[in-house]
Amino acid sequence: MSGIIATVQAGSGRRHSEVAAEAPWVRATLIGVAALFLGITVLLPVSVVFASAFSKGFTPFWAAVSQPETLSAIQLTLLTAGIAVPLNAVFGVAAAWLVSRYDFWGKSALVTLIDLPFSVSPVISGLIFVLLFGAQGLFGPWLSEHDVKIVFAVPGIVIATTFVTFPLVAREVLAVMQAQGSDEEEAALTMGASGFQILTRITLPKVRWGAIYGVILCNARAMGEFGAVSVVSGHIRGQTNTLPLHVEILYNEYNFVGAFAVAALLASLALVTLLVKKSIELNAALKARRLAQRADHDRRSLVPSSLRPANALHPSPAPAPNTGH
Amino acid sequence: MSVEATHLVKSFGARADVAAVGGVSFSAPEGKVTALLGPSGSGKSTLLRLIAGLEEPDSGTIRIAGGDVTSVPVRRREVGFVFQSYALFRHMTVRDNIAFGMEIRKASKAAADARVRELLSLIQLEGYENRFPAQLSGGQRQRIALARALATEPKVLLLDEPFGALDAQVRIELREWLSRFHEKTRVTTLLVTHDQEEALELSQHVVLLNGGLVAQAGAPHELYDHPASPFVASFLGGANVMRSRAQDGREVSTFVRPHDVRLAKPQTDTSSLELATVERLARIGGNVKLTVTLPSGEPMSVQVSKLELDQLGISLGDRVMVDVTSAQVFVDDYAI
Repeated sequence: MSGIIATVQAGSGRRHSEVAAEAPWVRATLIGVAALFLGITVLLPVSVVFASAFSKGFTPFWAAVSQPETLSAIQLTLLTAGIAVPLNAVFGVAAAWLVSRYDFWGKSALVTLIDLPFSVSPVISGLIFVLLFGAQGLFGPWLSEHDVKIVFAVPGIVIATTFVTFPLVAREVLAVMQAQGSDEEEAALTMGASGFQILTRITLPKVRWGAIYGVILCNARAMGEFGAVSVVSGHIRGQTNTLPLHVEILYNEYNFVGAFAVAALLASLALVTLLVKKSIELNAALKARRLAQRADHDRRSLVPSSLRPANALHPSPAPAPNTGH
Repeated sequence: MSVEATHLVKSFGARADVAAVGGVSFSAPEGKVTALLGPSGSGKSTLLRLIAGLEEPDSGTIRIAGGDVTSVPVRRREVGFVFQSYALFRHMTVRDNIAFGMEIRKASKAAADARVRELLSLIQLEGYENRFPAQLSGGQRQRIALARALATEPKVLLLDEPFGALDAQVRIELREWLSRFHEKTRVTTLLVTHDQEEALELSQHVVLLNGGLVAQAGAPHELYDHPASPFVASFLGGANVMRSRAQDGREVSTFVRPHDVRLAKPQTDTSSLELATVERLARIGGNVKLTVTLPSGEPMSVQVSKLELDQLGISLGDRVMVDVTSAQVFVDDYAI
């Protein structure tokens, strides 16, 4: 008995206790399988992209990237993400708030609708907008009368991207809100806070990690979206060509270095996004640790242990009373 | 400041036919602790949320300090609410949690800080200002939640199962602490609990609820000694129930509390006597719980002190005489 306790205590640091852990060969196998899988499906393809991009040296890479058509594609991709991501962040948080806080008729239908862009193929998502806003579409005649171009123009690309990436923020935030419940909001309400104060001071800070994660995923998908954008864009070079579409065009023209150069650029954007996410997380963790240390320090310096009230409720557990066996 | 509820009715969504609170009237005296006691599903938490304004009643009125607050929104009702989960703002420090209500009311930073220090000393957690809720123990969180609820000097303090999430030992310590705390603050307090011991120990007034209705209200000892119905008698004190039939055919229920039973060993020849048999015997601290089987075959719970048992010299399997010192008898209103 005492031996087990000693082992557990010895292991209760960063090290794993021998009692609770798997056998070494099990651990090695599991880690090995995971590493191998990750290597084949993620690391290898990404490195191939970069290797191919620089296969003929830096000059051809730079030539492909600094081409006016590529620059225009970069611009369009950033513009699309710049509009779609903030829109989805606002609507996603609003939808999650609505679904998690209120009961109303048709709520489950709404939740299903939020997921719809994920469950249909992106090509179909694109077609929906062609059918709605195209020349032969539902609003086509009205739009051409008023000289508004949506399909085969920038607005169509933005709308299709927003549609396809809508569930990302909503889903993440909804999961966090549902897991955390609404007790804190109700508590703030009893303390006199208004709806807006509750949103900005309680709810948003509470769900910020879910929201940030959702925004990052949304951004990654918005920049990389191919299917839906391909249908509505019309592939007009220098005008309605986003980075993913540009990669395809270059590839189809057997311009492999160019295709991989632009692909590497796109992959870098994704990597930068992930780095931003990681650094935000690290920052928050550091801040929390600093605060915890300061709190600890404050408490020690304020109340010397000798003067602290001998209170039964003090964190150090009091010995259990003898219940008389 | 007293709280008065009159004919409160509340039912939820699809189950409109089953009211969670089905016409409840009671009053909580000023400066006292009133317990809303009842089994789960009795509507006690809903009642508390109605008083706080977190739920809207279907009908009925709520008065706080004499004024009708039925249609006053939560944020202007000036109640302090402590949730069973404490609902501390996890992203804020202890200081910011307690100061939240004051900041909403645009109190100066200095005034808020002074009040935070005052409350922290009241709950004996000085120096914890910069902690986050995750860095506190359950009992500490509970006290912070209490301080936060009191920060804006509410008219009434509403506690929803305040000790529900704590382990047994901390719960008993906090219960005593809360009792002393209330003597200092004297805030009119409503306490929801399913634990009769908690209600009897902490409160000066008990409202016992059952199935969304008030079963009985009054001082704790009144309910205990003079239960108004079989439900009250059986809910408080874990009584033995014996059913029999009166001469006119109506059913009679007799409630006997385990500690209202005396046991004795027969001194004379036992062959002509009808005796009970000790079937089970469990020593719990200073008390002993026994189950005896009566001559009729019915089991009966008995509680005696350890000392008494040792003096009587009773052990498992003994045949004993049973004497009931006090019992409540209820006759059903309807004939069968």
